[in-house]
Amino acid sequence: MRIVVLIKQVPETKSVKMDEETGTVIREGVESIVNPLDLYAIEAAISLKDQYGGETVAVSMGPPKADICIKEALSMGIDKGVLVSDRAFAGSDTWATSYILGETIKLLGDVDMIICGERATDGDTGQVGPEVAAHLSLPVASYINAIESFNNNSVSLSRQVEQGDEMLDVALPCLLTVVKEVATPRLPTLDGKIRAKAADIQLITADMLKLNPDYIGLKGSPTRVAKIFRPKVTRECELLFAKDDATIHAGVDKLYAFLDSKEAL
Amino acid sequence: MNNAKLWILAEQFEGEILKVSYELLGRAKDLSKKKNCQVAAVIFGANLGDAELQKLIDRGADFVLAIEAPELKHFDNEAYSRCMLGMIDKYEPEIIIAAATSTGRTLMPYVAMTAHTGLTADCTVLDIDEEGKLLQTRPAIGGNIMATIRTQGFMPQMATVRPHSSKPAAPVEGRVGEIVRVDGNDFDLSSNIKRKELVLSSEELQLQEADKVVIVGRGIKRAENIKLIRELCDLLGAALGATRDVVDRGWLSYPHQVGLSGKTINPKLCVSIGVSGAIQQLAGMQTAENIIAINKDPEAQIFKVADIGMVGDLFEIVPVLIAKLKNGESL
Repeated sequence: MRIVVLIKQVPETKSVKMDEETGTVIREGVESIVNPLDLYAIEAAISLKDQYGGETVAVSMGPPKADICIKEALSMGIDKGVLVSDRAFAGSDTWATSYILGETIKLLGDVDMIICGERATDGDTGQVGPEVAAHLSLPVASYINAIESFNNNSVSLSRQVEQGDEMLDVALPCLLTVVKEVATPRLPTLDGKIRAKAADIQLITADMLKLNPDYIGLKGSPTRVAKIFRPKVTRECELLFAKDDATIHAGVDKLYAFLDSKEAL
Repeated sequence: MNNAKLWILAEQFEGEILKVSYELLGRAKDLSKKKNCQVAAVIFGANLGDAELQKLIDRGADFVLAIEAPELKHFDNEAYSRCMLGMIDKYEPEIIIAAATSTGRTLMPYVAMTAHTGLTADCTVLDIDEEGKLLQTRPAIGGNIMATIRTQGFMPQMATVRPHSSKPAAPVEGRVGEIVRVDGNDFDLSSNIKRKELVLSSEELQLQEADKVVIVGRGIKRAENIKLIRELCDLLGAALGATRDVVDRGWLSYPHQVGLSGKTINPKLCVSIGVSGAIQQLAGMQTAENIIAINKDPEAQIFKVADIGMVGDLFEIVPVLIAKLKNGESL
């Protein structure tokens, strides 16, 4: 069995800034980490391998320094890392990204399962998983919160939906997007770190894939950012300062009166 | 159907139309007026009743496109996506809007990829420009900024919006529209996904359905302090929500999470306690009708979206509020 995990390097949250002129993210000087929700996908892949054997491959599309994130996946126990990187990919939206990742998976060949995190914490779209599945015409099972059992032909899963948990059997090959409940990510081991440091990461560039040049990068992206702006805040807040017993009680009385006036008691 | 250029994806559960469908129709009403077009509600199911489908018409659909077969009773991405792509081919809608539910978030990207068009997730504002194109506004880059996105040169223009991010359209008795029934068996309904059963849970629903929600943030300091907030919830009759910080620390489970990476809520009352108000968090609750905030930092962003705020130590304020709620006017 061969499992591919799609991972993304994302900027450490809260330190992100945008170039207000171009609407693009300023990535210089911002520390990158593995998308935290991808750690659950990595863990799910490794624990499947632990139980059933096979090979796990982490694939990431991004700038050359995304190899740091791939190394982190390797240090957790992923067997092999693949970096998909080319200047021609810059500006790709989810459609173009999924096209490139889908073509990369075709090139890797013989994949039984693809596992993705639910979404990346920077773009927050959650679209690339299902879109890669669509490009490869694979069944997709999203919001997986438990992988129950596995055999050569299919996998039994639990899928989190609004009303509860759906129990599914999905034929292989397939693509899963997983949520936090699926597994508790293990920490990198010292051995893993040593192995990751020495490991070669396979680099895949545009000319190694059979890509339609009109389908990649900014040019190949159906969506465009038309403008960016700061969200407006609209409410006038009445601030009550609670410094001592008297002001606390006075403030609480006002909150109570507010609740009462809004019929919220 | 020819002028029904705007589609919404309605959803049903056990044959009953879900409220989120009416929220989409609420948004569609305004957009269709600006675009000067009609609205079609697409719905999948098995043996959907006329009376139930009429509810979509009452709330603003000019057409209901009901695609039915036993295999379509529950969401199956393989079967749903083939039907949807077939319908898009046949009727060529310009805009498709779905809710960011487990169904919408799976079907929409799958269909957009195959139809080779753009999709914008979790839009908070949708609008129509002078050319009749869809303007899709969403929080970007962790919610620090808003981005307005266009789908240029590709059709249909597709977007999802968060459930509970807008008010449902009100019904208009006797509104006239047409129900178009499509036999799902016209399409390949075979699937590699077999749904064996659904294990129902209730916690998920409570938070988004609640009239009142108390959201607790990192200011609560440790898991055992949450019981203070639970007591307040009981007295107010409120559901308990949490910020990402609180969930990441394991103090409450993920179903409690409110914000960009959790749930969006639109209750009558939201009480935020020990929540600083990162924009990602505000994105999940700022449309609440009334907002109360308690935080020790007077500069906290949460106060910018609140109607009334108390600056001080929550461990001093909340017990007094609890006592007041217990005793009413007599305190």
